[in-house]
Amino acid sequence: MQRVFKSLAEAPLTAKFGVTVVLVYTAVALLAPVLAPYGETEIVGDSYEVWGGTYVLGTDNLGRDMLTRLIYGARNTIGIAFLTTTLCFLLGSVTGFLAATVGGWVDQVLSRVVDVLMSIPSLIFALVLLTIFGLSIINMVLVIAVLDATRVYRLSRAVAQGIVVMDYVEAARLRGEGLWWIMRREVLPNAMPPLVAEFGLRFVFVFLFISALSFLGLGIQPPTADWGSMVRDNATLITYGDITPLLPAAAIALLTVGVNFVVDWFLHKTSGLRDEH
Amino acid sequence: MVAQRLVLGLLLIIAVSLILFLSVELLPGDLAEEILGQGATPETVAAFRRELGLDLPPHERYINWLFGMLQGDMGTSLANKRPIAELVGARFGNTLFLATYAAVIAVPLALTLGVLAALYRNGIYDRIVNIVTLTSISSPEFFVAYILILFFSVKFGWLPSIANLGDEHGFAERVYRLTLPAVTLTLVVVAHMMRMTRAAIINLLASPYIEMASLKGISKTRIIVHHALPNAWAPIINVIVINLAYLIVGVVVVEFVFVYPGLGQLMVDSVSKRDLPVVQASGMVFAGVYILLNLSADVAAILTNPRLLHPK
Repeated sequence: MQRVFKSLAEAPLTAKFGVTVVLVYTAVALLAPVLAPYGETEIVGDSYEVWGGTYVLGTDNLGRDMLTRLIYGARNTIGIAFLTTTLCFLLGSVTGFLAATVGGWVDQVLSRVVDVLMSIPSLIFALVLLTIFGLSIINMVLVIAVLDATRVYRLSRAVAQGIVVMDYVEAARLRGEGLWWIMRREVLPNAMPPLVAEFGLRFVFVFLFISALSFLGLGIQPPTADWGSMVRDNATLITYGDITPLLPAAAIALLTVGVNFVVDWFLHKTSGLRDEH
Repeated sequence: MVAQRLVLGLLLIIAVSLILFLSVELLPGDLAEEILGQGATPETVAAFRRELGLDLPPHERYINWLFGMLQGDMGTSLANKRPIAELVGARFGNTLFLATYAAVIAVPLALTLGVLAALYRNGIYDRIVNIVTLTSISSPEFFVAYILILFFSVKFGWLPSIANLGDEHGFAERVYRLTLPAVTLTLVVVAHMMRMTRAAIINLLASPYIEMASLKGISKTRIIVHHALPNAWAPIINVIVINLAYLIVGVVVVEFVFVYPGLGQLMVDSVSKRDLPVVQASGMVFAGVYILLNLSADVAAILTNPRLLHPK
């Protein structure tokens, strides 16, 4: 714990900024019911009330308190994106490690399937799949998790391929350890740093993906508060010069920038890599 | 080398069409039941199935669909019974126009900024550019779009915030109306393209012949323009084409914001109406263009690199 604080103190300004943003968002997401002045879907006044007074940030198109929706939006949007990223990592890393550890036709089949899936742009593919399975949060989470798992697969397979040729893996095989044991106890610990960085980047990507789908009206469905659909619902205000619809969009951008800064710093620290020679 | 790559590309397109076709088969029940709903009698469902050609075995339907697509017959829309080719055709032209417009601004801008960042790397310019690009990569497209609308069409009133187009608009009018969408797309792709250009050039600057040139005392600008750039073309062309492929797909959200009648908007509308044949057809067009662009990036990389063109 002390080491973490020490390296954080030496971190560049951008990384400190990123860590602060991530911590604040997490706190807001966890404490949403305590912080929010009204209920998530409660209609409290007229539609499009102005800032100040009873409603700090005004009300939305249905007369719900904007600040409350923003706070609950943190909980819903971040929660769903986090769940999706976790699923995507479970799927991608297990199949990736499996392909590298077993090799042979398992690797061939998995890799060719992934090649084909990756050749279709993911937004387009997701739209097709969502039309077929219907629009719902569960379908969206599953579709994005599967489509994004292809990228995690590529990375974890590449990392694991360098690990499975090591002597200690050979020793474990000769000792008669099972496939699952080798993947979990030998490959996983050594593949951690790149996977952690990738988790951050994947989260940003998934988060933007979900926001875009919700903005298009095809992701998180009402009345659940969510930043993407909040922009869409209140977009008309822009034409009157009111910046309210930009708030949820800015909330999205701030979080993704923050996570990107943290990942950037983490990559520098763990790899000691710089792109200059 | 090139021929091998082209064959692979063709196989990929066939595989993708197969996936898009077969994914519809995943529907519980089938398309006819899905459209008619639960209240339909078995006779109506059977009649509708015959009308849609669903009574044929899957492989025959696939062949019909694929060859239909190649001949410009994409079937009919379920929502308004119009031929899909007519819907997709006009809108695809609009999408291409927007993407090309954005590319014309984005490519020269990104190359210049990338070369400058490589030239002044580790300086204050590079740091600022790094932060700005990281920020713009992380922002959702609709955020960028609405900020531009807020300033350029609401506050200053210079440009229209809605890019609706009819046939009566001439080229100049089109360019004027599409400025904001094109600038939005530019901002979204420039960051990525610029970072990749910078990385490609910095990568080259590490090679011994560049060190040799700088030991000879040649100026920095001359080294970059005359020594590094000729060899950097292959990776840079690759970057450009990959980003063009991204542009074609990235238009979906931007078209939606600006109510632009492009293929992306058609697809989004059809998803909410669950108009499967239209979604399938536009998905195939998007995926096809995407694959073709990526394929041409590979071919260009082979053609510009003598080592790949004449393998041992």
